[in-house]
Formats: sequence, C-alpha cells, structure tokens
Amino acid sequence: MTADPKGVLTGAHYLDGDHAAAEGALAAGCRFLAGYPITPSTEVAERFAARIPKVGGCFIQMEDELGSMAAILGAAWAGAKSMTVTSGPGFSLMMENLGLGIMMEVPTVLINVQRGGPSTGLPTLPGQADIMQARWGSHGDYEIIAVAPSSPQEAFDYMIMAFNFSEKYRVPTLVMMDECVGHMTEKIVIPEPEEIEIVPRKYYDGPKEDYLPYNVDTDMIPWMVKAGDGYRFHTTGLTHDERGYPVMNAECQDKLVNRLLDKIRSRVDEIVVLEEDQIEGADTVVISYGISSRVAIPAIEQARADGMKVGSLRMVTVWPFPENRIRDLAQKIGKFVVVELNCGQMYYEVERAAAGNAETLLVPHAGGWVHDSEDIYQAIKGGER
Amino acid sequence: MTKEATLEPELSHPMDDLLRMDRIPHIWCPTCGLGTVVTAFASAIEKLQLGLDDITVVSGIGCTGRVAGYVKIDSFHTTHGRAIPFATGLHLANPKLKTVVISGDGDLISIGGNHFIHAARRNVDLTVICVNNFIYAMTGGQVAPTTPLTANASTMPYGNFEQPFSIPYLADSCGAVYVARWSALHVRRLVTAIAEAIAKPGFSVVEVISPCSTLYSRRNRLGSGLDLMRFYHDNCEIKHGADTRELAIGFQEKITVGKFIDRDRPTFVESMNNWYGKVFGDEYEPYEGSVK
Amino acid sequence: MNELRISGFGGQGVIRCGYIIGKTAALFDNKHATLTQSFGPEARGSACSAQVLIDDKPIRYPYVSVPDTVVAMSQEAYDKFGRDITDDGTLLIDEDLVKPGEVTGNRKLYAVPATRLAEQIGNRIVANIVMLGFFTAVTGLISGEAAREALPSSVPERFVDLNMKAFEEGFEYGLVATGKAVEGKKAALDAE
Repeated sequence: MTADPKGVLTGAHYLDGDHAAAEGALAAGCRFLAGYPITPSTEVAERFAARIPKVGGCFIQMEDELGSMAAILGAAWAGAKSMTVTSGPGFSLMMENLGLGIMMEVPTVLINVQRGGPSTGLPTLPGQADIMQARWGSHGDYEIIAVAPSSPQEAFDYMIMAFNFSEKYRVPTLVMMDECVGHMTEKIVIPEPEEIEIVPRKYYDGPKEDYLPYNVDTDMIPWMVKAGDGYRFHTTGLTHDERGYPVMNAECQDKLVNRLLDKIRSRVDEIVVLEEDQIEGADTVVISYGISSRVAIPAIEQARADGMKVGSLRMVTVWPFPENRIRDLAQKIGKFVVVELNCGQMYYEVERAAAGNAETLLVPHAGGWVHDSEDIYQAIKGGER
Repeated sequence: MTKEATLEPELSHPMDDLLRMDRIPHIWCPTCGLGTVVTAFASAIEKLQLGLDDITVVSGIGCTGRVAGYVKIDSFHTTHGRAIPFATGLHLANPKLKTVVISGDGDLISIGGNHFIHAARRNVDLTVICVNNFIYAMTGGQVAPTTPLTANASTMPYGNFEQPFSIPYLADSCGAVYVARWSALHVRRLVTAIAEAIAKPGFSVVEVISPCSTLYSRRNRLGSGLDLMRFYHDNCEIKHGADTRELAIGFQEKITVGKFIDRDRPTFVESMNNWYGKVFGDEYEPYEGSVK
Repeated sequence: MNELRISGFGGQGVIRCGYIIGKTAALFDNKHATLTQSFGPEARGSACSAQVLIDDKPIRYPYVSVPDTVVAMSQEAYDKFGRDITDDGTLLIDEDLVKPGEVTGNRKLYAVPATRLAEQIGNRIVANIVMLGFFTAVTGLISGEAAREALPSSVPERFVDLNMKAFEEGFEYGLVATGKAVEGKKAALDAE
C-alpha cells in the first residue's frame, strides 16, 4: 500500500529535523498526535498542530507526558495511526505507558529528540545518552525497535520506517533523534505519495466468533481489531492469555513474555538496517548512529587518506542490536571504535558482542555539542595495528 | 457448594450478554459495592438501548479497575491513573463511540488527578464513573485522597489528618457538564444518573459511594458491608442541585447525594470544529474521527 | 565550504535571514546548505545568531568552526562574534547600529544602513531582508535570482511585496558598495 496523498507535501523543502519528522509522520498516515511541550522537540508538535486541520486528523496538547503516551495508545486502539514526541525528562515519564504499549502490542511511534541529561540537563543542546533508556527504560523484559536519523531528510524517511515497523511487528517504535538533528535545517525531498511504501495494520478478517485478541500464528504477531468493530474484546497491561484475559501465573507469564521477545528477536536480521562502508578488509570499524555518524565521516576519511584501513558501520536501527553482525565482524577486524554522545552506552553492547575477539574503544562525549573529528581520528589511529 | 451443584449449565443470567461469564467468579469481596455498580452500568446501557458495539469501557488500576475485565464490550484495562487520557485518545480517534471510564477514587483523583481536571476543563466527551470507597483497597487499605478526616488507614494508622477532596466540587470547578453522587444503595437513581451521564455530550462524572467492608470498614470498625449500606440508608440526604461547595464528606457524617450539575458547554471536538470552521471556512472538513 | 554567521539581537530576524540564505543555496542554487542556530533561554533581546554552512559536497560536521563571513546587525552581536572570523573574512554590518572599530588582517568590511533603508520603504521589520539583499550582492555566496525565488515562500504572504522591495534595496546598495554597479537601481540590475 502507498501513502494517502492528503498528508504528503511532495517537493523540495528547507526544513529542520523536527519539522521534517512531523512531515514524515503525516506522510506515513499519522492522524493523531498527543504531546506536551518540551525543548528541543516541541517543533514537531507545532508543525503537526499547524498542518493537521487541513489534512484531517487531531492534535491535542495533553496535560503531561504520562497522558500523552496513554492517549496515543487509546487512539491506536480506535484505529488511528498515532504518535507522540518528547525529550529526556518527558521520555522518562513516558516509560510507564511505553510498557503498556509493549504489553498490549500497540502500533504507535514515539520520538525522543535527545538533549543533554540527566534530569533537566541541557534543554537546548544535543546528547545521545537516552539510548539505553530506549532499550531498558520501562520495567520488565521487552524488546523494542528504535531508529536514529542524522539529518532532516532522514528524520522524514525514518518516521515512515518507524511507522512501518510499528505496524508490521505491533510494537511501539522509537525515533531517537537529538537536538542537533532536530534543530538543524537542510534540504529535504518529499517523494510522490505513490512512491512511499506504507505497511498497513494487520487487521483480523476471520469469523467474529473465532477472534481472540492475542491468538497468534507462527509469525507470533496477533491480528488487531478496532474498538467499535463489534469484536467486544478485552486487553490489559496485566499478564494475559490469548483472550486478553489476566492470568496470574508463571506459565502464562513465560509464554507471553517470551513471545513478546521472540517476535522481535527471531527477526533481528530482518529488522536491522545498517549502512556499511569499506568494511571488507578493514582493520578498524567505526560504529556510530544518529548525529555522531555524520561527525565521524571526516575522521574516517582522514584516516583512510593516511593509509589506514577503516570501515564504517552506521546503525540506522539502534534497537534491536545487530548482535550477529558485530560478533561476525569481531572475528575479522582488530578494533571497533564506538562514537556516541554519551559516556559509554552502545559501547558496552559492542564490547559484549565482540567478546574479546576484537578490541573495543569508546570515543565518549558527555553531550552539549558534537564530537570533534580530531578525537575520533585519534581513536582510530591509536589502535591501528 | 450445594447451590452450585444444582445449577444447570444452560441456565442463564439476564446480564449474560454484557458480562464475560467465562471470567466469573470475579475477584471482588463479598458485600463490595462494585457488583452493584456493574449492574447499574449494564442497566443504564439497556435503558439507553445502546448497541453493545457502540460503547467502550476504560479502567485504570485498583479494585474498580477490574470492571473493564468483566464487561463484554470493547474494554481496556490500562495503567494506574491513566484511564482518562487513554480514553481521551480512544474517543478522539473515534468520537462516535460512547467512551466510559470506570475507575476508583485513588486512580482517578490521586495519581490520575491531573488528567481528571484537564479532561473536565477541555470537556472531552467522556463519562467517568468514579467509585469512591474512601480507601486504597487493592493494595491493602492505604489513605486515599477521599479518605475522610480522622478515618483510619494503614498509612494513616492514627487516623487521617489530611483534608480530602470532594469529587463533585472538584469536577464542578473544573468544568464538568454533569455531576452526580449516589451510593451503592441508590441503585435505581444510580442507573438513571449513569444513563443521563452517558447520554450527555461532554465530560460527565458520577461518583458512587461504595462499601469496602474488607478494608475501610474493618479498619474503622464500621461493621459489615451490610452495616455500611444501612449507614447510607440512614445518612444519605438527597439534595438535587446542591451547591457543590457543601458536599464534603466527614467521617461517618451525613452524605449529600443527588444530581448537582447539568449544564451545556461545547465539547472538545465541537469547540475544535467550530473554531476551525471559523478560521478555515469551507476549506475545513469537520473532524469526525481519524478513521473513516 | 563557506561558513557564515548571521547575528544581531533577538527579534531582528537574523535567524530568518540565515534561513533564507540556506534555503536559497540548498533549493535554488543546487548546493548543500546546513543551518544551525544558537538557542538561548531568551526569546528576544541579547545577541543571537544563525550559522550557515554552504558547500558543493554533502556537509558532515554541522556546526561552523571559524566563519569566513559574519553579518552583525547589533553592537552586542558584533562585539561577541565580530572577531571570530578568518583572517581574510568578510564582515557585513548595519552601519547605524554597529561601530566596528579597527578591522585587522585582510578582513573586508562592508556597511549598509539596513534598518534605515527598511524604515524608508515602510517598515523596519524588513531590515533583515535589506541585509539579505546586501549580503547577496556583496558576497555572491548565493545568487540574486535564486534568492528572489526563495523569498516569496519564506516570508508571510501579505508581506511578500515589501520583502521583495527590501531585498532589491539592499541588493542595489551592495552592488554599488562593491563597485559592481555605479548608481541607481537600473544600473544595478543591468550589471547583474
């Protein structure tokens, strides 16, 4: 299926990452946004609020981020494509109902335009220190999908990708942007609606009396219905069986939690999107995502110009973690250099997957600005064999 | 036990169509008021002759939060305090559905208090049935934002010294268009109130004073659930249109019940459509939901 | 790569000016242009700036290092950003609002009474667009044709004419200031 032309602003535009993300959402068919203002993410909501009356949909500024996240889950159950947008402190509040979304298997999208933390931190400056919170921030065992754009064009493109992931796997999907990308203005090209591939919701169409909200086939992804369609279904944040009814025992918990994990884990290779460059024969591979992947390029180019064999692995999807690929690469290379705007988060994942087969080096940065290319260059050079 | 054994499986209950019989028996204690609330809700739907596919229930967490699990309509058992915002999203994505929030006083007025006041202010077209048992029951009898002064709770072991909220006063002040209070004893009037609240466009609130014999009554030595019902019988005073400032509930004091507020105010969706109609003229297509 | 900083006090429209420069380069001159802005807690007043990078190749590092072109529309902005410029950089100022002092090295200074010209054509609010026209003519970093294409979709609809006029005013002033035209609007346009 392709995009509904009503939301697609085909053409070339000069937009910041926040506005581009709002356009991406509209192009993906999102017609409901509930949000709460927070720097540096507010412009996404502002753009959506300005555009939605004529596209046909609804924007509501909720009383807080707890309510925003709850509202988009409700809207999704009524059949809307929904989203919210926030930054660090609001992301913390949204963890509560992100968990409900995971448990109820709600297709929806949450943008976090990351700023420096902890706490209020640096509202107007970038960071990537919420990457582990994206993975583990809500309580309990779960798997999640997250993408990280590094430019306004990618903010647009990845929003569509995020909505498609959320529909395909029935999981809330995170767009882990950062202040630098959110507030950076560049050219973006929005394609014709018929060139935008949209994954439709997996609606149930069998006999009504046979419907069970959490019954699954071998693909482990349940069929969805909307409120008001006459299925008279129940869903809950409690551990539940195929009927959506609470069942308080270890057996049901084991079955449910493992299915929620496996529906993602068994498809890591299908979900993961990596941009690899000159990996073949490389001694060093630079791993980065979001804004850091852009900043790493001049350092990589300089190192290559100096004769070093440097590959680049850019994570378009940051979660699930590309476990197999990193494990495999660790056998072939000498060193990973992880570039991220935090003091070591994805670094530990890489180190774990490398399992001692390759050295893992972090180029840390506490946030507030982006890396100096020279620091990345030195890290690449330092470990050259 | 003998009674159970004599029941024929083909026997049916008049509320079968509305209840998830495969989930009965429920988890509520004997003499809890929640059974009455569910019955009143079912009777109100019947009274309104609403199709069971046109109505949805959203609950939060707590004893009342379990209502969503027992009614056989589209029903959502959400997180603690978030029933109203979840219902707001559900309603806004499909305003044609009647969306009813059924939850407890702790869920709606304490952890969900901010959502309650803002949904009232915006006049989101929701019906809120707030079951008030004066205590956190599911977690074992802690003090609630509605616990009367001096009443005992596990986290107020020497008696409550915090001023409680009066739910009708709060709802009225924040702009709710329909506000009523009844007890679990006033079944017929409760059915009427719930039916009126569902039929009323906008944010409507029905508070139900409900007996909790296991915790509230036991901690305060008020006897059995039946004794509480007798207390309601002797101490509830019906006063329609009462000034909502006068509705505070003291420990074992008179409880004013009745329909206090019934006024008209445009709902969130009506306001949005009216305003955008003015701003954009014919270019604006009135919003009727995200899904055609 | 060219690195620009457009600065002034909040409310003067310097961010908008930077935005139009970037948009012109990216959408109508077929270059790559990245705009970033310094966000402070204040909405108005105080020195604020927009940074624009313009290049023929994709831009990686998104921030300005040392700008080669600085526009200053207030004294505070000039004091803050005026010395942070390459040795042979170009400084553009609103001559009524900035006293530049001594300009060192091979730096070139161009001055325009942007706010006064804007007032003359009807509204000081378009001083930023007078400066845009002046910048375009003086630096040649974006083309006049492209800027004229970019402008109408970058300002409020009811102010398009005023903004176009403001642009021409500054552009003409810039052509004369750099000796690319002798005098007058016609001569200026002919010279382009």
